[in-house]
Amino acid sequence: MDIFGNLMLGFSVALTLSNIMYCFIGVLLGTLIGVLPGIGPIATISMLLPATFVLPPVSALIMLAGIYYGAQYGGSTTAILVNLPGEVSSVVTCLDGYQMARQGKAGKALGVAALASFFAGSVATLLIAGFAPPLAELALKFGPADYFSLMVLGLVAAVVLAHGSLIKAIAMIILGLLLGLIGTDVNSGVARYSFGLPELIDGVGIGTIAMGVFGFSEIIRNLEQGEKREVFTKSITGLLPNWADIKQATPATLRGTALGSFLGILPGGGPVLGSFSAYTLEKKLAKDPSRFGKGAIEGVAAPESANNAAAQTSFIPLLTLGIPSNPVMALMIGAMIIHGIQPGPQIMTAKPELFWGMIASMWVGNFLLVVLNLPMIGLWVKLLSVDYKYLYPAILIFCCIGVYSINNATMDVFLTALFGFIGYLFIKLDTEPAPLLLGFVLGPMMEENLRRALLLSRGSPSVFYERPISLVLLILAFALLVIVMLPNISKKREEAFQE
Amino acid sequence: MKRREFLAAGGAIVAASALPARAAYPEKPLRYYIPFSPGGESDIAARLQQPFFKAKFGTELVVESKVGAGGALAWSQLNTFPGDGYTIMGSNLPHLVLQPLEGNVQYKTDDIVNIIFFQYTPDAIVVRSESPFKTYQDLVAAAKAKPGTLNFAGSGTNSANHAAHERLNNLTGTKTQYVAFKGTGDLVASLIGGHVDGAMSYASLALAQRGKTRVLAVASDKRLDYIPDTPTFRELGLDWVDGAFRGIAVPKSTPEDLRRKLSDMFAEINREAEFRKQMTDQGMELVDITYDKMPAFMEERKKVYLGTAKLMGLAK
Repeated sequence: MDIFGNLMLGFSVALTLSNIMYCFIGVLLGTLIGVLPGIGPIATISMLLPATFVLPPVSALIMLAGIYYGAQYGGSTTAILVNLPGEVSSVVTCLDGYQMARQGKAGKALGVAALASFFAGSVATLLIAGFAPPLAELALKFGPADYFSLMVLGLVAAVVLAHGSLIKAIAMIILGLLLGLIGTDVNSGVARYSFGLPELIDGVGIGTIAMGVFGFSEIIRNLEQGEKREVFTKSITGLLPNWADIKQATPATLRGTALGSFLGILPGGGPVLGSFSAYTLEKKLAKDPSRFGKGAIEGVAAPESANNAAAQTSFIPLLTLGIPSNPVMALMIGAMIIHGIQPGPQIMTAKPELFWGMIASMWVGNFLLVVLNLPMIGLWVKLLSVDYKYLYPAILIFCCIGVYSINNATMDVFLTALFGFIGYLFIKLDTEPAPLLLGFVLGPMMEENLRRALLLSRGSPSVFYERPISLVLLILAFALLVIVMLPNISKKREEAFQE
Repeated sequence: MKRREFLAAGGAIVAASALPARAAYPEKPLRYYIPFSPGGESDIAARLQQPFFKAKFGTELVVESKVGAGGALAWSQLNTFPGDGYTIMGSNLPHLVLQPLEGNVQYKTDDIVNIIFFQYTPDAIVVRSESPFKTYQDLVAAAKAKPGTLNFAGSGTNSANHAAHERLNNLTGTKTQYVAFKGTGDLVASLIGGHVDGAMSYASLALAQRGKTRVLAVASDKRLDYIPDTPTFRELGLDWVDGAFRGIAVPKSTPEDLRRKLSDMFAEINREAEFRKQMTDQGMELVDITYDKMPAFMEERKKVYLGTAKLMGLAK
């Protein structure tokens, strides 16, 4: 059967009335948990899993998938409006999205985020439909050495993320790397920096750090400002982006989609890495990088398209290889098994109606999300006019519930509060915490793959330059480093980034 | 007369509640803590038990994950829960024996009261389909010809897979390298991508990766239906029937009669034909190590795991 025949089969499954309904419930729930800071798809999906027992497997999986990519949509809303990431993957959207809102362009930012996400989602759906098996093969080509080099490239690129001094950016990355060391080392089984606390043996969760450093600290900062808070809701004009905005955002969306799609396929990648890299790339390519962090529309379009594309393409290894590329996908495997479907390479041939039905439903879901989100922009913006004395305590409560629900651990809530305080110090020190988060994500993966690669090569570092993928990535990283380090360019960079 | 019937029924309820609470056990939902992440084998087994528990005993089995420290976080808290029969927890071997030997955890093997082990996934040597090793003999011959060159992926350090790998080296007199991954899902890409020579994993991996992998040997007592061509270690002359056992533990304060009752209840679910099919379809082999068989079983297991722990350098 050709791709169109397959897609027809898929749509015949996805477009039944009941499946449209489950898809709608999924994306609606996803949008909601995306908007609520802290409450993420992992907790939601695992709580809803028993409730899906009564549904036919295809409907259940369509709904659960909808929650996941719906959350990527919703996450941007909170980021743009209150400078709090609704999901970890929307951390970078705060940087420019919130600045746009401050300039009275909240509606525009939300519109761009929704449209960029829709575009990325549609492209990623087509990618899955047309090229899932070869793309999965590509992911298999990546060995430990190649992953290490990819992480090196990511870390070098992370420097570009920061606005402000280069030293501070590097310091934040290193702090992130150090935080990533906490927990059991996979190679030796030794618990590092756990201080004998069993809660720290698995390390600190990314949700804990993100909610603390980006969520709690923002609330503390706002408390400080007392009643003199800027009111920018009144001046909101056009809700939809105009032609000039679209022209500006389109290339960013295209690049974000490409980068996100690629990183989503790799195990361990996914939406977080996708959104960070896309933002970095845009800033690097921009003629005037100084606009970033001050409300650049590309700074919203790129990460939002990337995280949505990545959320979707992370289904590729799951559906074609039975490999979960992130914790949500591991949960989807569990959901399949509970519904009596054995995930793995045979799923495409053994259950074509499930495979293609799910893919088609993703496009349906993305369409529903735009329909759901665009008219709701006005409603979200109204949220801003809610008195902060109600809004912030509510957000704090949702953050706490969300952080708790990840592991059912009170310790995580305390840690979030601690990171909130640390984040407040960062604000006072005028440092950008986004590189910290990237260092935190990349560091452990980098160490793990470095040691694994060296274990496999019996200690010989030649694997890093003898493997073509690894070599190319290292050359790219080196080139980027040279650009950052060259004195004159560096000076220009300082000028451009220093306020 | 309706009213009289109603009163009589009411009287019966009063009479029932006057009896020790146990007579009506279970009268409210049970909380079933799983020390591993949702979607893993322990979680899946628990969720497959849920509907049968409800149908048989008329109350919900609420699965709640308490993830951390490879299960140790939950197990070290188990005895702080009330022993009223309404809190139960997933328990796993060899974790419960190996972790205390390793020394980082705040519980001892004997602190955990296991009431049943109901399933296990047998250890297995898995290679990818393209692998030059067609049989177990090919693999051992290669490992002997070039000592120290072959790499085996496994889930975690000081884990069941790690123990099995050391055992393989020891029993065959070979020297191969163990490469730890974060969980089985994490190692599959490296296995079928050919970045390692094979994996010391569970037979169930072959079910999930049908067509992409080949199982060279399995540590079950007889050949498995889904890989009929794969010999058991016993057939190959190795005394090795082992794997990861999964069961249920209760807080120490749980009275003897409730321990027995719970053990019987889950053994009863194990006898359901439909449940058996759902479990074996996932590569989980059913066992019935009930409460009465537990002391002997644990003694035997401890001896075996102490042996492998010595190989790993965890114990003297």
